[in-house]
Amino acid sequence: MRSPRVPEMATQEVQPNETLTHLKTESDTLKTKLEEERAKLHDVELHQVAEKVDGLGQFIMKTRRTLKGHGNKVLCMDWCKDKRRIVSSSQDGKVIVWDAFTTNKEHAVTMPCTWVMACAYAPSGCAVACGGLDNKCSVYPLSLDKNENLAAKKKSVAMHTNYLSACSFTNSDMQILTSSGDGTCALWDVESGQLLQSFHGHAADVLCLDLAPSETGNTFVSGGCDKKANVWDMRSGQCIQSFETHESDINSVRYYPSGDAFASGSDDATCRLYDLRADREVAIYSKESIIFGVSSVDFSLSGRLLFGGYNDYTINVWDVLKGTRVSILFGHENRVSTLRVSPDGTAFCTGSWDHTLRVWA
Amino acid sequence: MRICLRKVDLPLSPAPISICRMTIRTARPNRGQHFRPRTHCLNKLESIVVEMQDPKSGVKGSEQKLNVSTIPHVITGKDVIAWITNKMKTTPEEVQAFGTMLVAYGYIYPLQNHKKLVLCNDSSLYRFQTPYFWPTQKWVAEDSDYAIYLAKRNIRKKGMLEAYEQAHYSHLHDWLNHKWDFIVMQATEQYKAGKERNKPDRVVFDCQERAYWIVSRPPVSEHCCVKSNDPNESITTISTNIFYQQAIMRSKVKSSVSLGALTKYVTTYKNHDPFLAPCLPSNPWQTDHDAYWTCNTRIDVPTKMRVERWSFSLFELLSDLRGRDDFKVFLKKEFSGMPPHLMRHLSNLAFWEAAEELKWGTASSMTSKAETIFKTFLAPGAPRWINIDGRTMGLTVKGLDHPHRYVLEAAQTHVFLLMKKDTFFRYLKSPVYKDTQKNALSPAPHNFSPAQLEQNAQNRSLGVHPVIVWQQEEEEKAKAAAASAPVDVKAMMSKIDRKK
Repeated sequence: MRSPRVPEMATQEVQPNETLTHLKTESDTLKTKLEEERAKLHDVELHQVAEKVDGLGQFIMKTRRTLKGHGNKVLCMDWCKDKRRIVSSSQDGKVIVWDAFTTNKEHAVTMPCTWVMACAYAPSGCAVACGGLDNKCSVYPLSLDKNENLAAKKKSVAMHTNYLSACSFTNSDMQILTSSGDGTCALWDVESGQLLQSFHGHAADVLCLDLAPSETGNTFVSGGCDKKANVWDMRSGQCIQSFETHESDINSVRYYPSGDAFASGSDDATCRLYDLRADREVAIYSKESIIFGVSSVDFSLSGRLLFGGYNDYTINVWDVLKGTRVSILFGHENRVSTLRVSPDGTAFCTGSWDHTLRVWA
Repeated sequence: MRICLRKVDLPLSPAPISICRMTIRTARPNRGQHFRPRTHCLNKLESIVVEMQDPKSGVKGSEQKLNVSTIPHVITGKDVIAWITNKMKTTPEEVQAFGTMLVAYGYIYPLQNHKKLVLCNDSSLYRFQTPYFWPTQKWVAEDSDYAIYLAKRNIRKKGMLEAYEQAHYSHLHDWLNHKWDFIVMQATEQYKAGKERNKPDRVVFDCQERAYWIVSRPPVSEHCCVKSNDPNESITTISTNIFYQQAIMRSKVKSSVSLGALTKYVTTYKNHDPFLAPCLPSNPWQTDHDAYWTCNTRIDVPTKMRVERWSFSLFELLSDLRGRDDFKVFLKKEFSGMPPHLMRHLSNLAFWEAAEELKWGTASSMTSKAETIFKTFLAPGAPRWINIDGRTMGLTVKGLDHPHRYVLEAAQTHVFLLMKKDTFFRYLKSPVYKDTQKNALSPAPHNFSPAQLEQNAQNRSLGVHPVIVWQQEEEEKAKAAAASAPVDVKAMMSKIDRKK
């Protein structure tokens, strides 16, 4: 896979420095023009629109389950469509499938690498995908036979040239979307391992991705160490929209339930909401007392609440429309590395460097 | 009061490959979570720590007697808490959490109980860590530094190392063996230099150094939150410029319109969000009773909430398999045996489903699926011919010469729009939907007593394994395929997929 490099202009007769300076000036001019175009249509702020909406009451959210079993930092988790099972992966190479409702461990696989940074549950509930420092994404079909060795049926699907940071199945078990430290995202056919489409445009490691929940289901958003959040067309591989307002790495991106917006969480300790139709950032969720980066974000079912897992061991709950913080949750004993709301919105699960996962409701 | 006991320049000998593998280092700057720059938040933290040490407006320190020595500039936990509360003006829990972060990251270290990295809101004693040992400094807490530190402590007093330190020391002795002479030499030098300092200075430095290593190499049971590192990137300016130009040309919507839509979505789904309105009969995570899940499977009688949700959009209706079933019942009742211009309502859904199967199917099944779809829906005189506009039909048929997974995109979008604007509204006004609505359940809210909740917790239902559910659904599809006529294209698609 090719990775972005300095343009070929450097080999031409013209002084490379001059050309680059010229290009950079042009860049700045265009950027300003884009901001002007966006500003022309900006006739109202989100919190103004939100004035007509009722305020939220008090929330009582507690840890309802604590899942203990990982021997090291939990790095990633995903829910099964049955709303109660989850898959989680950790630094020691273990991937565990739990029935979070009963807290039973149902399957466990040991990956040949450490730092399994990405894991995903297949839509059918019959397989899980995971990967990390091995630069690959592998799919393990799950079976009802407890004694079966899952590692034997493992299928290697994706191959990147650097670590795998995130993976997600599309609407079926047959395709996987991955993002990697090599700066690219890619879409793969699970059965053959064939690369269907690759997505180039990030200037640094891509850390996260999320598929759009729309009826057409053809786009996804990715966030990276270059502080950019890019929206991609899965068919053509083109980046169709890009947002660069964060001040540091973007660790997590998640679509608003309607598919017309998405939220991002970054090392700059803010979460931001981006409106895709207006093509701009519309809200920043931050507080002076919140200094530590956000590792992952997710919306509640209606999109009213935004949950953020932070590196200072807490979870902050934001009112998406009014921009205020609704609640702060304590419980984990080290940084929260992953957070996902369950498919029916009844709970959310967090994974942490303190080796545990917690389900909150 | 920085004491410049920095490591002497190491002779740069190439390290053996085995060592590289042990310390997860690759040739490229590795940005895995263990090596990510956190400098942005740490810089903010540092400016606050500097403020805290301001002689006039910072935290007040004093001299404290500890064991036999007197230590200057000692602060108490409660003073730190008070200062933070005054500065941030927020809740006690948040202040406590923030204070603990300062200790966890090594900006403040405890004098008593030095291994427990928390900020106690009482008269516990702390000191500010010297900037030399701050996590943002450029040098990484390397294993050889740690080895020198442990060796030095061993020289000072044999048997002084704790169990976890002893374990680290043995490990380091093994794989740093090739430069152990160097390490011992460094440790001896540092020890001698330390002895030449006056006692109070030495005690303070020892505390600082010890605190630094507690943060960077925590005891096994504790969790290390400090990591480090840096490098940077460059941008491809040309493609960026092209991108900006395209972005400028792209059509955008007024904020009032798009934000209004976002707000409307929230209002529509408010009562369906378990965090905003109670889910009936109860939230399984709160009461340990899974009735909410069992009454929302693909059962005959859905709940009123579920039926209401189908009316929000065609996407919701089709996404819920039970809703899709209801829609199919309506289509059959309303349009079966009708003239072609009404039968299209039936074929539209079938086509949409078949197109979905193609889009999300395996790469190897593309061609055969595309062929079947052409024969069933698009060919002139096809049994389930869909009535789309000439242009789309032309493009689609042409594309089928070289089928790929998005070949039906245009046709599928067109069909979906037809269903959304016409068929969907007919469904919502139909007797089928109204009957389903009328017969839908309204489960009464659970009201468990504490004893019952205990019971529930002991008897959590195992539910059905997703693999079993999936197998059952595949069987259902096969049955439906056999029963219906004309050929259920969707089931055929799945069969083709399964055969592969």
